[in-house]
Amino acid sequence: MSEQKSSDAESIPMMQKLLDNPFLLLFIGVAAPSILFLGWGLVEIFTVPMR
Amino acid sequence: MVNNEFRTCPDTGLKFYSSAENLLKVNAVAAVVFLLVGGFYGLLVGLTRWQAVHLLAADNFYMVLTLHGLNVLIFWMIFFEIAILYFCSSVLLGCRLATPRWAWAGFVLMVVGAVMNNVIVLQGASSVMMTSYVPMEADPLFYLSLILFAVGALIGCFVFFGTLVVAKAEKTYEGSVPLVTFGAITAAIIAVFTIVSGAIILIPTFLWSVGVVGEIDALAYRLIWWAFGHSSQQINVAAHVAVWYAIAAIVFGARPLSEKVSRTAFLMYIVFLQLASAHHLLVDPGVSANFKMFNTSYAMYLAVMASMVHGLTVPGSIEAAQRARGYSAGLFTWLRKAPWGNPVFSGMFISLVGFGFLGGITGVVMGAEQINILIHNTLYVPGHFHATVVLGSTLAFMAMSYWLVPVLFRRELVLKGIAKWQPYLFGLGMTGVSLFLMGAGTLGVPRRHWDIGFAGTGGITHEFPAAAYTMLALNGMSVILAVIGGAAFCVIMVGTILFGKKLGNQKMAEPCIVAPVTDEEYEANGGSAYAIPGTLVLAMVFFVSFALYYFINWKYLAETWGIA
Ligand SMILES: [Cu+2]
Repeated sequence: MSEQKSSDAESIPMMQKLLDNPFLLLFIGVAAPSILFLGWGLVEIFTVPMR
Repeated sequence: MVNNEFRTCPDTGLKFYSSAENLLKVNAVAAVVFLLVGGFYGLLVGLTRWQAVHLLAADNFYMVLTLHGLNVLIFWMIFFEIAILYFCSSVLLGCRLATPRWAWAGFVLMVVGAVMNNVIVLQGASSVMMTSYVPMEADPLFYLSLILFAVGALIGCFVFFGTLVVAKAEKTYEGSVPLVTFGAITAAIIAVFTIVSGAIILIPTFLWSVGVVGEIDALAYRLIWWAFGHSSQQINVAAHVAVWYAIAAIVFGARPLSEKVSRTAFLMYIVFLQLASAHHLLVDPGVSANFKMFNTSYAMYLAVMASMVHGLTVPGSIEAAQRARGYSAGLFTWLRKAPWGNPVFSGMFISLVGFGFLGGITGVVMGAEQINILIHNTLYVPGHFHATVVLGSTLAFMAMSYWLVPVLFRRELVLKGIAKWQPYLFGLGMTGVSLFLMGAGTLGVPRRHWDIGFAGTGGITHEFPAAAYTMLALNGMSVILAVIGGAAFCVIMVGTILFGKKLGNQKMAEPCIVAPVTDEEYEANGGSAYAIPGTLVLAMVFFVSFALYYFINWKYLAETWGIA
């Protein structure tokens, strides 16, 4: 019974595991714009030469 | 506290836990109240833009514009979205709400913040518009009110995530969550990023307004503010797409064409949608062309593609369901035989078409750095977002309310005759608003100047073509139409809640949910229901319009600066 379960768990594709994990999605959804938009943008703004 | 009482809805079979039910009710009611308030201010804005009427003086105009933006774009939307989150978690998963006390605390914070914000702005010293760009300074309480509201909304998001955990632990559902709930997860994730960005920028700005912080960098403010301002509108997109799927299931018993494809499209929202915030910074110095192009082009196109997937699969799933139920003749019998007199459907479908054709296409034009310059900071921008947020999200939420409010309050809908017409009235008015504002913007009318005649500016002599004045007059008339439609919605909702015939445990006279289309029905006629030629024709029309409009703008751009 438990063996059956574990083999079931393994047969779940990666993508579905990702989509079934709201907290991993939350992490991605916050990290992506934090790095690519906020982080990148702020680095550029604060490295503009002052004169 | 007892948190395990529930009732099973006799009409839908859904479980409403009393903890969630009461929160759903208060959030929905608060949403409608702020829609009413914000819509009224929208009327005043429209009547001032109409140069022949020119209702408000400059100082009042900017105050009212601030109120309009915050009440409808932030308060109405987010109250409704919190209701959607609780519905999609507790009700759809048949599970108690996690930590109802925290949910109530969040709600109280949101109400306090929203009311306080209205009071402060009405005092006249915070007419900084929704964007409240520094170094323009508002009353410190203005920033504080928004922070309170944001914290309340954030609590709501975490109650939602907590409820997902409870549902999983108590095994109230099997396998993956339903697609509509997945859409709500997408909205909640975007909401978390939105609200955190809002806090990152509004807390220092609050401290600056009380003198604790010396200076806020204007460029950095714009960057972080738009992570909040733009993303908040992407919560709406994710939520209204979830509502489209829900309504397709409710009205047609439709099943998504492919769970995999639809969920992947939502995943693309999660990763890419928020990056398009950079389109607001396309003419900002300080950020590079690389930053602008990566975020608005590469990333945004992936998010746009996700929207097109939803725009194809929602009507596609409706077509498949209708064909399976026998409306299989020709290309469009399925659409002609749809319940056009049911505001739940008509509102949703007008939302879908308006969002795609008006909001979507113009959004891509605004996101392309080169052609963006044709309309940057003109009235085209409000024209665009009235198509996305009002025609798209607000109308979808209205459509959902026609179904949800009777089910939730156990009252029969009042004024059904008017409800039948309301989505058309509001949709037509708002289509006009979008088109005429975009028309005026194309003629170069600035987005935020109170008077295009430039009276009293002492020096600006620019004259706009007469067509610009016509556009603004037509916009004013469309605003009136839309406001009548919006007011009708509010009257119907408040009327239903207060005076609708009580249903108790009686079933409604007409069933409010269609039984899901079964496998046998889909498979009859050799599964031909899955061929969706009508939707594909609609999609082709969309692509052709898209391509034409896009290239017309490049042509305009080519003509802007002639080569001598
Ligand atoms: Cu935006």
